[in-house]
Amino acid sequence: MKLLQRLLPHPVLTLLLTVTWLLLVNGYSLNSLVFGFGLGVIIPFVTQPFWPNRPTIKRPIKVIQYILLVLYDIVVANVVVAKIVVFKSNAKRQPDWVTIPLELRTPEAITALAGTITMTPGTLTADVSAEGHALLVHCLDAPDPDAVRDDIKQRYERRLMEIFE
Amino acid sequence: MDLFFELLITAFLIMAGLFGLVGSFGLLKLNDAMSRLHAPTKATTLGVGGVLLASMTYAFAMGPHYSVHELMITLFLLLTAPITANFIAKVHIHQKESRDSLPAAGEDGSWATQDLEDTDDES
Repeated sequence: MKLLQRLLPHPVLTLLLTVTWLLLVNGYSLNSLVFGFGLGVIIPFVTQPFWPNRPTIKRPIKVIQYILLVLYDIVVANVVVAKIVVFKSNAKRQPDWVTIPLELRTPEAITALAGTITMTPGTLTADVSAEGHALLVHCLDAPDPDAVRDDIKQRYERRLMEIFE
Repeated sequence: MDLFFELLITAFLIMAGLFGLVGSFGLLKLNDAMSRLHAPTKATTLGVGGVLLASMTYAFAMGPHYSVHELMITLFLLLTAPITANFIAKVHIHQKESRDSLPAAGEDGSWATQDLEDTDDES
């Protein structure tokens, strides 16, 4: 068991790399499966020193739920932004900066949150605070900045907390 | 059945075209740099996504083989779009924003991009 752990330090990454290789080859064959698995073993093994304190994912099902939620929100975001761009005059639009204080501490989780904010309705992550305790978010149209902040904290940060911490 | 798939592919392509057009129109219409950044990061995701869905449907229904390359393109696009946007935003903060024009950074006192400027000044 110890030996297996040393040879496969990151089983999820191994699986991900194998699947990615099969998708890149664009078809299934035993040949590409073996080669993909080979890459999946070698790459995590070689890059091991680069992630000394990687976070463990507590609840994998929550990850899938989160991805589906974000995909749905991306579709909604596109429609919302399109509406604002086409129908709202520049004078009526209220672009604004919003500070989002973070309860998340895991760097990977903060990265995921920043990416999610950029992809979802009318918001864009611009910067992180010096010590990583807040995110600077730009809103395309924010009549009520506090509501935007609460919405992001409720909808995404709470879910990421459940996954990572 | 062919007609159904043809309609589906057409619908995806039209949707993609519309969102691509809105994204480009946004670049022209919006009046400040940060707002202009919103249009391409979002409208284009669905624009490109629509073309890719159409391509997958076409390969599945009419082509000789199914095709999954499109899924990879979508994945890479979703991974890279926020990073590009973040880089452009950082350049904007460096060049156009001052400490007073941004909201307070909470307990840390300053934003990472501007924090770096300070250390440069001191050295």
